[in-house]
Amino acid sequence: MLEQSILVELERIVGKENLLCTKEDLVCYGFDATPRLGRWPDAVVRPGNTRDVSAIIQLANGDGFKVIPRGAGTNLSGGTVPIQGGVVMQMNRMNRIQEIDTENLTAWVEPGVVTSDLHAAVEAIGLFYPPDPGSMTVSTMGGNVAENAGGLRGLKYGVTRDYVIGLEVVLPTGEVMNTGGKTIKNVTGYDLTKLMVGSEGTLGVITRILVKLIPKPEAKKTMLVFYRTLNDAAETVSSIIAHRIIPPTLEFLDNVTINCVEQYIHANLPLEMEAMLLIEVDGPPSVVESDAAKVMQVCREHNAAEIQVSATPEDSLRLSLGRRSALPACARLKPTMVLEDATVPRSQVAPMVRQIQEIAKKHDVLIATFGHAGDGNLHPTILCDERDHEQMERVDLAVDEIFKAALALGGTLSGEHGIGLSKAAFMTMEMKDAGMKATVAIKRALDPNNVLNPGKMYLDDYRAPGAGN
Amino acid sequence: MTEESAPKGFSPKRVPSYDEVLNCIRCGLCLSVCPTYREAGTETNSPRGRVALIRAAAEGKLELSHNFVDHMYRCLNCMACAEVCPSGVQAHEIVLDARVEIANKLPQPAAKKWIFEGLVPNPNRMEAAVWPLRLYQRTGLRWLAERTGVLGMLPHHLGEVAKMPPTASMTPLRRKLPEVTPAQGERKYRVGFFLGCAQSLLFAENSAGTVRVLARNGAEVVTPKDTACCGMPAMAYGDLDTAMKLARHNIDLFEKAGVDAVITDCATCGEFGKHYKELLKHDPEYAELAAAYSDRVKDISQFLAEIPLDDRLNEIKVKVTYHDPCHLARGQGITAQPRDLLKMIPGVEFVEMKEPNWCCGGAGTYMLTHYEGSMNILDRKMANAANTEADIIASGCPVCQMQLGYGVRRAKLRMKVTHPVALLDQAYRPR
Repeated sequence: MLEQSILVELERIVGKENLLCTKEDLVCYGFDATPRLGRWPDAVVRPGNTRDVSAIIQLANGDGFKVIPRGAGTNLSGGTVPIQGGVVMQMNRMNRIQEIDTENLTAWVEPGVVTSDLHAAVEAIGLFYPPDPGSMTVSTMGGNVAENAGGLRGLKYGVTRDYVIGLEVVLPTGEVMNTGGKTIKNVTGYDLTKLMVGSEGTLGVITRILVKLIPKPEAKKTMLVFYRTLNDAAETVSSIIAHRIIPPTLEFLDNVTINCVEQYIHANLPLEMEAMLLIEVDGPPSVVESDAAKVMQVCREHNAAEIQVSATPEDSLRLSLGRRSALPACARLKPTMVLEDATVPRSQVAPMVRQIQEIAKKHDVLIATFGHAGDGNLHPTILCDERDHEQMERVDLAVDEIFKAALALGGTLSGEHGIGLSKAAFMTMEMKDAGMKATVAIKRALDPNNVLNPGKMYLDDYRAPGAGN
Repeated sequence: MTEESAPKGFSPKRVPSYDEVLNCIRCGLCLSVCPTYREAGTETNSPRGRVALIRAAAEGKLELSHNFVDHMYRCLNCMACAEVCPSGVQAHEIVLDARVEIANKLPQPAAKKWIFEGLVPNPNRMEAAVWPLRLYQRTGLRWLAERTGVLGMLPHHLGEVAKMPPTASMTPLRRKLPEVTPAQGERKYRVGFFLGCAQSLLFAENSAGTVRVLARNGAEVVTPKDTACCGMPAMAYGDLDTAMKLARHNIDLFEKAGVDAVITDCATCGEFGKHYKELLKHDPEYAELAAAYSDRVKDISQFLAEIPLDDRLNEIKVKVTYHDPCHLARGQGITAQPRDLLKMIPGVEFVEMKEPNWCCGGAGTYMLTHYEGSMNILDRKMANAANTEADIIASGCPVCQMQLGYGVRRAKLRMKVTHPVALLDQAYRPR
């Protein structure tokens, strides 16, 4: 519970209509897209500018309340759940694209800009901001930066961190810091810009973002390829890269997913196939033609059972529908969907998928696996019902084993969804003590009062082995 | 599920919606298309938020407070959320279910009871209620009130509301139309015409055009005089019982008429008419009749698209754009047919507006109960319409037409608003 004096002060900073305290508001800001997690905050504020943000953070340090920054709340790891109560700070009033610099190929945006709105604005003038997370029509740039969002185009173009070259950040103690800038090269000081990207709202509140842009690719071609065996699909993936072709999209669907998708879109997908690949190549038209030809050759060399190629942009959309329907298709099967993103090196995709299938059988849970085969970022998706507590216990065991399997194969707990709350307990497994100690030291240095987004990323719970903390 | 095992806030009668509520995976995709979220920017004013509120109420974590009720009534019921939801959650339906619960559990204002049980189901009383409006408009009082600024002296909201209604016809359509309108030439079909409230009272002339177009194309049109309100307004206010009563009444009426189809020129009457089979599926006496009725309901543009049409049309040289009513585009999947009708008219230059299916903010009585929110949403629509530089905005829903008509005046645009079939009727008539 927040004291009245704090509420009065918050109201003075943001205005009455931007302080939300009714029970109904608290319910709605107590969760994000992560299943099963939720807790009501004490209040919600909606700052309109950097000054507001700084004032609120300073107040939080002085009066001892927590602040949980939030964009659209579509993350999948509990990053915006106010697990210790406190004040949720919703950033979407700050939603302007402030500048698109066509000479330097950069753009300044406020954190509340919806990612697909940025796509539309830059593509209209022949430019390109590649990161395309699945939530892009609703997630915000601030959220994307805080979670280092990925997307289907990650293999060829990289992720959010690769495009953020400058920030304005309000530090956990309230000072406003500017990092980076428009220059292509900048080695002044620590790379604080990249430190902030992916920090999940624990090291600062992002109030302005400078991204770099690239020219928009002229053409693209889409291919849908089916395989009778997992191995053939996985080897195709490696082989394409070995042929020095980096497709922007190289997506994978396993047999369970193919069946879910067919139930949903009725596209006469061959249901006995073990794997389906969605491959896109882009660039200048001549390159697209030769890359596509090479890719199809590689597919055939690896026993592709069926190949469909797009001739027009409409075709492209139709073929991609299978992959883009994976999530909706799975969501309709069961009430609860636990979407994981354990990631492994590309060469380990086939072994990982097989292990997931074994884990599913062992714990008798339904797991559909699809994802970004090209970069090893798979999404094992457990379809269950949270009301069935016994089943959920088996789900938790399965998730546990999936994490361990990914780490054993040289992978990571999370390719793009973040650690937040849901994977916090597994942090030490991957970071090890040295990594965790360094992480906690940075957090303590920047946020001595633990004001920003506490309880996430295992930062509060980690205990170094040996005497004391 | 029994009374004891049902979740606290909601009775077993509405049980399916609790399961549906759990189907929401909170992905947030609905936020990308919800007009109220676009305007307010807060989670509470989004489909995801409203579903979360209902879930919290069902689990006993929230009471049906004044604020809760208020939020349930902020939903436009435009169905944009249902269209994008990966899990197939019908958030707008869940909100309606919540309104039914609220109506059942909380004391309702007496006026509401009178309106939905006494007024709306009774065509005579409805006509009497609209009579002062017709007088106000026809005797020039309205013109006078607007010109002299009398309306400006009223509290802004009321002054604006007084400017809103279209010029109502002096004679309600129910009195003008014969019980049976014969087909012109060979009688190829026998169809029923659903009068509807808004169309027959406020847009009687346009609506008469619908019947003329049908007759011209070989349909014998039966217009039962005792047609009652389709029931959507009652449903929108949570009065499920009245909605069901009206449904049964209308089903009986058209069953007696013996028609191939039940045609309506109101998007809402059409959507709700097609919904009767869902509404009455648990009624042992009416389930089958309701299913048969719903399968026969057709929007006028839908019916015309299925038959060969008389192509002797006069030219109307005009630039036309089209606004998709929510209940037609999403509620019935009808988007191509009205556009095809417009493009059929010689001289018409058809231009598509941006976001043609974004809600206009009319949403039944939303423009009256949530004036500011409604206007914010309308402004977006009018900006898109203005960009087309069209002369006419066509739309097959009377509420949309009222809202757009008001929007045109508010934005000071030189555009007219009309029903697509009214334009077709105009093209059929001799100069």
